[in-house]
Amino acid sequence: MTKSDLPAAKRAKSPRGLSRRGLLKSGAAAAAASAFPAPMLWAQNIKDVTITHLGQSYSTIPEIEAKANEDLGFTVDMQTAPDPTTHVNRLLTQPKSVHVTDMPNTNLKYFTGRGVLMPVNVSEYKYWDQTLTLFTQGTYPDGTEASKQGMAPIKAQYWADENAQEYSLTPTDYLVGVPLYYNADTLGIRPDLIGRPIESWAELLNPEFSGRVALQDGVSIGVADAAMALEAMGEITYGDKGNMTREEIDKTIDVLTALKREGHFRSFWTNFDQSVQLMASGEVLLQSMWSPAVTEVRTRGIDCTYKGMKEGYRGWYIMMSAMNHLEGLERDCAIEYMNWMNSGWAGAFISRQGFYNSVPENVKPFMTENEWGYWYEGQPATEDILNPYGKVMEKAGVSRDGGSIWERMGNIGIWNTVMDEDRYLVRRWQDFIAA
Amino acid sequence: MLSSQTSPSRVTIPPKLASVLQVTPMALVFLALVIVPLGLIFVVSFLDYNFAQVFPELYLETWVDVLTSDLTLALYLKTFKFLIIVWAITAPLGFAIAYFLAFHLRSNWLRTLLVTAIAIPFWTSGPIRMVSWVPLLGREGVVNQALLGAGVIDEPLGWLMYSEFAVLVAYVQMLTMPMIATALNSMAKIPPSVIQAAQDAGASEWQIVRDIIFPLVRPGLAIGTIIVTTAIMGDVVMVKFMGGSQVNTVGMSIITDLNAFMYPPAAAKSILLLVVVLSIVVSLLRFADIRKELRN
Repeated sequence: MTKSDLPAAKRAKSPRGLSRRGLLKSGAAAAAASAFPAPMLWAQNIKDVTITHLGQSYSTIPEIEAKANEDLGFTVDMQTAPDPTTHVNRLLTQPKSVHVTDMPNTNLKYFTGRGVLMPVNVSEYKYWDQTLTLFTQGTYPDGTEASKQGMAPIKAQYWADENAQEYSLTPTDYLVGVPLYYNADTLGIRPDLIGRPIESWAELLNPEFSGRVALQDGVSIGVADAAMALEAMGEITYGDKGNMTREEIDKTIDVLTALKREGHFRSFWTNFDQSVQLMASGEVLLQSMWSPAVTEVRTRGIDCTYKGMKEGYRGWYIMMSAMNHLEGLERDCAIEYMNWMNSGWAGAFISRQGFYNSVPENVKPFMTENEWGYWYEGQPATEDILNPYGKVMEKAGVSRDGGSIWERMGNIGIWNTVMDEDRYLVRRWQDFIAA
Repeated sequence: MLSSQTSPSRVTIPPKLASVLQVTPMALVFLALVIVPLGLIFVVSFLDYNFAQVFPELYLETWVDVLTSDLTLALYLKTFKFLIIVWAITAPLGFAIAYFLAFHLRSNWLRTLLVTAIAIPFWTSGPIRMVSWVPLLGREGVVNQALLGAGVIDEPLGWLMYSEFAVLVAYVQMLTMPMIATALNSMAKIPPSVIQAAQDAGASEWQIVRDIIFPLVRPGLAIGTIIVTTAIMGDVVMVKFMGGSQVNTVGMSIITDLNAFMYPPAAAKSILLLVVVLSIVVSLLRFADIRKELRN
């Protein structure tokens, strides 16, 4: 279901009926108003407004902040949380110190029943119609249903109602936020040191690579990777490996513990730099990685590939949300900022880092044909591919590992996750690390 | 001041009240910033929780788990293992180096220079010091290259880095300095005349070290031990990096809980850790009179 399918009256109803944009849009002037760029309407009032955007190092990029301040009539102040924990804690305990935030899907489980995030009415977000159905309906472009194992986008995209307490699996008028970036992660490998094709997640736990693999340190990604491998090996059959039962958790931890005692894992990595360093130094031959980390290894002149495995990719996404305390002009500006984020320029910027944007058709005009072909369509580059900072990161003739967006995103085996049995899993993970 | 003291209008404060007034500001700060938060942590450790929320419902399972689980035992065994090994290396090393600096160097400027040299590695930041271990101890690091080159080994040793061994190396590197400093401080207070008297009476160097210097330096070593203990028991940074996140200690386990927003187990583990560390410190203080050590 898209916005146009919704009854008009329902669509027009704003959770805050007195919001200026809400009134304008619901009135007869809606068509006329949206034909003009919003800043023309309230340029005088908004110039003193500052929108504080709290994010993490990968999202609070100075170039994007500068461009936002250039394009918008108000001030955008990006603040970088020192780590994911501080980020969530600040949102939960000092929500008023933030206007807009972005966070990975795995954090969204902490925000039900809290009243911290603001429901965004579908009608306030300009690009919902153009947003990929992966987010709006949980389906791939060909209509097939996307994997719901783990924290799939559709699991935290809609609030059940305007009170914004619980998520709804079926579309409603109230968005939890606007999806920004997403990607399909897989195993990064050192082909120069392995010398044979790697096609299955099972290789992650293959004794052949004992002492030369790494796991991400944590239950959201590390356990998801391990579950992909264990299922691929036929070691464990999961009902839903993205949301395990206690019994499945026990089995998983037991197998991993035995492997750890044999010295199977070289290290666990916590952040981008560590994963790059493990791979570049040759400490590790294969490990789950983030796309820009693979790029970073390659820019150091070290061969590192990032092909999809036959069991599929591990997917994730970043959602941008506004805080519930916003009112009046600040609320309008926050929503304007969220609209701007997906209007193309910022999406093109992050696409050059190897991520995808949720409104690709807005991004396309901001990329060259060569860039679009390389990043989104899996075409061989017709000329050198530059990163967002103008540095050559891929030579002409090369095409992206894994191919086009839907060859990659259309084949998700598991999403990064926070399980219902999180408490039990974290407790067992402690046993695993202590083993 | 003098004139006001003789003035008949001056109100004299009884000495007891004066003492109370003097400690009150510090006591209030201590109460507000230490006792009250600790009380809150204590209360939280008894509450139920899930998904970054703590519910006001009594939940004793946390404490049952913390006090009876194999995990707690494993965490403390691992942490104490580190503590004992590091202490067994840093204490003799610190004592020996301090002894050399205090009694075998005649030139004051050379002593100052060498003490400064000990501190030089600490002029860089912690993260940089830790990352620097990789080119030294890593699979393709200097040590492995040297051993391979010398034909001692056929393939690189993996256990040099991201292992308990690596954690121990980093601890020893970091904690030898406080041992030297505290031992040196105690040695500097030994009057040269005492040593001279012993020499005149025909004592050997070993006898002087054993019967005079060591007993007098014991309080300094006790304070050094306190520093080593608190540093290791509370460490989460070194063990995480050097152990490649594969080594779980008491501190690491608390951090894992905090990062998963599970506050009650983190609170319970913190309180247990506090009790353990305080007990160690209190027993160590029997060997050292801190006030006397600070007086100079």
